[in-house]
Amino acid sequence: MPRFRETKVGEILNQAVARKKILDKVRTADAAGKWVLENASDGIITSYDRYLAQQPQCSFGLTGVCCRNCVQGPCRIMPTGEAKSRGICGATAYTIVARGLARGIAGGASSHSDHGRHMAKTLLEVAEGRAPDYKVSDPAKLRRVALKVGINPEGKSDRELAKEVALKALNDYYRFDEKPLTWLDSYITPGRRAKFKHTNIIPTNLMQAITEVISQTVMGMDADPVNIIFGGLKTALADFTGMHVATDMSDILFGTPEPVATEANLGVLEEEYINVATHGHNPTLSDMIVEAALQLEPEAIKAGAKGIKIVGVCCTGNELLMRKGIPLAANQASQELAIMTGAVDAMVVDVQCFLPSLKVLSDNYHTRLVTTAINAKIPTATHIDFNEEEALELAKDIVRQAIEAYKRRNKDKIRIPKEKTKALAGFSTEAIESLLAAVNPEQPWKVLTDAIESGELAGVALFAGCNNQKVAQDEGHLTVAKYLAKNNVLLLATGCAAGALAKAGLTTPGAVEAYAGDGLKSFLKRIEEAAKPQYGLPLVFHQGSCVDNVRGLDLAVKMAETWGIDLPRVPFVVTAPEDMHEKALSIGSWFVTMGFPVHVGVMPPIEGSELVYSVGTQIAYDVFGGSFIFDTDPESGAKKLVDALDYRTWKLRIHRAAAEKYNTALASGY
Amino acid sequence: MHYELGEWEPRITEFDKIFEGAIKDPAKAPRGLFRKAMEGTIIATSYAEILLNQALREYGAEQKVAYPDTGYHLPVITALSGEKVTKLGELVPILNRVREQVHEEQLTFENVRLAGEATLYAAEIIEALHYLYNDEPKVEPWSGFLGDPAVRRFGIKLVDWTIPGQAVIVGRAKTSKLAKKIVEELMNKGMMIFLSDEIIEQLLEEDMKMGVDYICFPLGNFTQVVHAVNYALRAGLSFGGIQPGKRHDARDYQRRRVRAFVLHLGELDEVKVAAEFGAIFLGFPVITDQPMSEELPDWFVSHENYDDLVKFAMELRGIKVASVDVGIPLNFGPSFEGETIRKNDTYVEFGGGRTPAFEVLRMVGQDEIVDDRITVIGPEIDEVKEGDKLPLGIVVKIFGRKMQVDFEPVLERRIHYFINYGEGLWHVAQRDLAWLRISKEAVAKGFKFKHYGNILIAKFKSEFPSIVDRVEVEIITDRSAVEERIKEAKKVYSDRDERMRGLTDDSVGTFYSCLLCQSFAPNHVCVVTPERVGLCGAVTWLDGKAAYEIDPTGPNRPIPKGEAIDDVKGIWKSVNDYVYPASNNTIESVALYTLMEAPMTSCGCFEAIMAVLPEANGIMIVTRESKSMTPIGMTFSTLAGMVGGGLQTPGFMGIGKSYVASRKFIAADGGIGRVVWMPKDMKDQLRDDISARAREQGLGEDFVDKIADETIGTAIDEILPFLEEKGHPALTMPPIIG
Repeated sequence: MPRFRETKVGEILNQAVARKKILDKVRTADAAGKWVLENASDGIITSYDRYLAQQPQCSFGLTGVCCRNCVQGPCRIMPTGEAKSRGICGATAYTIVARGLARGIAGGASSHSDHGRHMAKTLLEVAEGRAPDYKVSDPAKLRRVALKVGINPEGKSDRELAKEVALKALNDYYRFDEKPLTWLDSYITPGRRAKFKHTNIIPTNLMQAITEVISQTVMGMDADPVNIIFGGLKTALADFTGMHVATDMSDILFGTPEPVATEANLGVLEEEYINVATHGHNPTLSDMIVEAALQLEPEAIKAGAKGIKIVGVCCTGNELLMRKGIPLAANQASQELAIMTGAVDAMVVDVQCFLPSLKVLSDNYHTRLVTTAINAKIPTATHIDFNEEEALELAKDIVRQAIEAYKRRNKDKIRIPKEKTKALAGFSTEAIESLLAAVNPEQPWKVLTDAIESGELAGVALFAGCNNQKVAQDEGHLTVAKYLAKNNVLLLATGCAAGALAKAGLTTPGAVEAYAGDGLKSFLKRIEEAAKPQYGLPLVFHQGSCVDNVRGLDLAVKMAETWGIDLPRVPFVVTAPEDMHEKALSIGSWFVTMGFPVHVGVMPPIEGSELVYSVGTQIAYDVFGGSFIFDTDPESGAKKLVDALDYRTWKLRIHRAAAEKYNTALASGY
Repeated sequence: MHYELGEWEPRITEFDKIFEGAIKDPAKAPRGLFRKAMEGTIIATSYAEILLNQALREYGAEQKVAYPDTGYHLPVITALSGEKVTKLGELVPILNRVREQVHEEQLTFENVRLAGEATLYAAEIIEALHYLYNDEPKVEPWSGFLGDPAVRRFGIKLVDWTIPGQAVIVGRAKTSKLAKKIVEELMNKGMMIFLSDEIIEQLLEEDMKMGVDYICFPLGNFTQVVHAVNYALRAGLSFGGIQPGKRHDARDYQRRRVRAFVLHLGELDEVKVAAEFGAIFLGFPVITDQPMSEELPDWFVSHENYDDLVKFAMELRGIKVASVDVGIPLNFGPSFEGETIRKNDTYVEFGGGRTPAFEVLRMVGQDEIVDDRITVIGPEIDEVKEGDKLPLGIVVKIFGRKMQVDFEPVLERRIHYFINYGEGLWHVAQRDLAWLRISKEAVAKGFKFKHYGNILIAKFKSEFPSIVDRVEVEIITDRSAVEERIKEAKKVYSDRDERMRGLTDDSVGTFYSCLLCQSFAPNHVCVVTPERVGLCGAVTWLDGKAAYEIDPTGPNRPIPKGEAIDDVKGIWKSVNDYVYPASNNTIESVALYTLMEAPMTSCGCFEAIMAVLPEANGIMIVTRESKSMTPIGMTFSTLAGMVGGGLQTPGFMGIGKSYVASRKFIAADGGIGRVVWMPKDMKDQLRDDISARAREQGLGEDFVDKIADETIGTAIDEILPFLEEKGHPALTMPPIIG
């Protein structure tokens, strides 16, 4: 059963189809985005238009009962009819929905794993001297990671150690020894390890985990919904592994983030500067762009600009934001709007979440669109075959393209919204630990767990996920965040969720005053007074890009260790109010598997099977201690999150009292 | 692995007739509910398969699987299909068989019940694997699997309907306060209660008492609810003589004898609904507090109103409890009998060696009693302060036209039980050894000393209506009055003891039968004699006599002794003539004083089991409380599985503990001198009585110390050297196996 106090969760089917749709074009809570859509669209077609054009969306597809896994299809399942209740091959709704979900997870896992592999490969190249433009920027992190994954760092140079760590990480992708993946096994609790083992969902090879689930879900293979879902969860844990590799490698190469102050939203674009927007997810390219821009500053000035301004979009934006204080221009749903300001001279994309329509959009402007990844190209866009060996040179090439484009700017088309806000970022779990250590140097995390026990805080919530055109951009994030803040929940955020909150000014100290409940206020104030952080403490702690969701998990593990309990009992919840990407499905799935309530604000296509829906929302809790909260009403979803946190604190309190009363160890149930 | 389907009973049997009429119009069958159950079965059986095959990969097919402390293997499987599972590999064909019986698109009530049965199997397998991994260890008050001792402990209360039925509560109530209200209501009705999921935390929040002592078992979460089912099915196996695998008989027994129902509070989900159809399969209805768009009349119904939820559920299951309002401000019922009041929770205490305390029950004449009068002599509770120790006298006067002096001790012993029924009241021992406590909580609720009187008057009148016409109670707390009145009480006790000493098997002309357990063990007959207490330890010869007086058509009947066939072995023609028809023509002859030939049958609620140890030329005895291995190579639970169910098993027998010190204790086999092993606790408990009997039989004062126990050894090889060294008399007796 799902464990929430006095809240019904099991009976809200048909949200995807029945949800009241917003049919205005201007579906955004972002003032800058709204301004662009209203003042600068010039009849240009964007996602905002294409969403409307797609209406009404197919209800079979929306609920996950359209199957195109073989060429006999598409098959559409109608649960009431006799022959129609199964596809041509005989697959029924639960099989089709479970397969769709598992394949979605595989998509997400592939994205993150590939990203992680790329980062590990870069570290290896650095260690072997084949990527001269990169270095080990954070040797301390390198040593921490080495210890964590069972490598003795003593007596080894950074390069020796980097090689060993990189190879061990890459080994998670390619090995055949049937042992649990190192980057999974090293970061979880003993309780989770046992649970994953007994349920047979421990991946032993990252690549294999993905091929297994694709093979499991082709025509004529697995029809058992539970087995398919478990296959999906195994893949989700592989996703976690790939993400943790990515985060660790990025920190080693580019530095573990520390608090930094900058600005966010489209207003960061400046007419007098050459604006280069870096978009995607991978910091290897964008980091070089920043360096190249520094070096080419004279060329820019020569071209008539005041200089070069790098701005971030999506998670590449977050990577630069948190490590270099580069301003964030846009999250996923305003990437097109950035170009429509007419002030972006080049948009360079690496991987994931950029829109295939960016080129046809930029054809209306002077903007140069540059793709860089071997597996992520757009027809007719400039493609630079980026590689780490010649990184800086290639980055310079890209920046020069921006300088060239700048010269062809059409001044009439420049319409930059003025909205921008201060934003803090860089709150890695290590950074948060240092802040807490200012209050309690011996047991930093006890500062947090004590605050929850005393009722000062209700718990911790991590914002993850995307923008989704089915809902007004950022509105879900903002509504949930404000509700949780008022109810004294400590807030973490990653990815486009973090982008949304940053753009709205919620990652600032000012937002604490405006939105935090008294408990959260006093908690933050106490730490602020002890740690005296340079920029103060924000309402929402920006933890990075979407691979950095593992930072949240690491934080929850710290809480669990402090309490001496397993993850399913920690008052920690996850919310993805505007989930869109397959990566979000995957992240949500591993968070559930790790034992957390996960709110999802846009229905994934699973409502076509009550079985799968119920496994996700109810039975998962019985087995793993986490479950999905599907609620398309952000306010109601937020309330359920607070209920879920209260429930956990309540239960822990009851169990502790029982242990005292009966003079036993703490009960293990969740 | 291969199995023969032909060995199995038909999936739908005569028993299923009870479900006829539930669906009057098949077109209006609750298909949504059925589908939910079917999908839950798919989830449960698929999940069980994943876990099982993973465990096989890890441990191999030969890995032992077992629940702790039971002789019934995995009881759901033992009871319903007869496989005595001991190894992991054996579960595969069993799970596959029940998976096959699930026909997911044939949504009939029959098929959904079969799916429910499959879900019970799946849950049992999942739980057995948790025990294998020990990955969900239980701490108090959570119980997880309940061992056989917890089943047998309540045997007598189940058979005499002191416990009128079982409530299985799954999920969570709307609030913790309402959870408490429901459970209190069930406890006051004496129901046995099984809890699963969050209701447990809700009750903990309300500081409710739970655990084996309260007949209220907080099992755990999720599939752990199956421990209610494997408890119920063991009742049939251990008391009912149901043979393993007799699926129809097992269900029939559950339906008739285990009057259970399921209360599902809070959200329904697929797996729970599937498991609940497993309960329906066994004949137990399900009541939910959730609104349902389609109900299954009589079997799966919604009742949203908490005010009369318990009443509604009990009526649906046909449980009627004659409620006695004892008029005290406390919860009251058998649920609280096992409650312990710790020193720190005590408000006031009496006796226990610290102050004088006694209780005595006297038969009086019509003119010596004022009916219903309660007199408190000395301070009332509001005049004493917390932590005080007071003297106490409880004097109960009974007038009844059919009352006899012989019944005084029988009724007097009931004082112990009746007082213990009060929540927050604690009573141990009897006569002038009585020791009582009243908890702070009870005092806070307004309990007064006079309420002891209310309890005793109400209970004596309601439980013994045919011999009790008037009751008067004096509660004495004044020290000098207690010291004065204890003298007359002591005179009563010694007179009574004198009379009891003359009461021997040889001196009386009548024995009494006890068929109380036949409601549970249909072929079992106890023959109770003055020197052989019923094997439950709860029915003495005087109890039998009184019970017959109270209800001549009840479970205790006189057996006039007549001529003995063999007075050494204790065989009487009259006894045999009685036992044969009373055991449904299964037991032809019973010998009362030997273990080796036609021993008395055993129902299942025996306090101890004795068994021959040929190597030691003696016998061993093991008590229900003992968890130790024994020299015969079996624990109590395993042995109990062999001797229970109304069977005669020469060389093995269930007994009441006090029989061990009786003069007639296996007299034909050599008596107490044959005892070579017993648990240390039992030895300590019976030390004085055994020593007295040994002295009398010339075995020497120190005989009791010649008996081995688990601290000496739990294998025959370990105890033989000890017996030889001590010169145990059994070693030189004639061979026990002739």
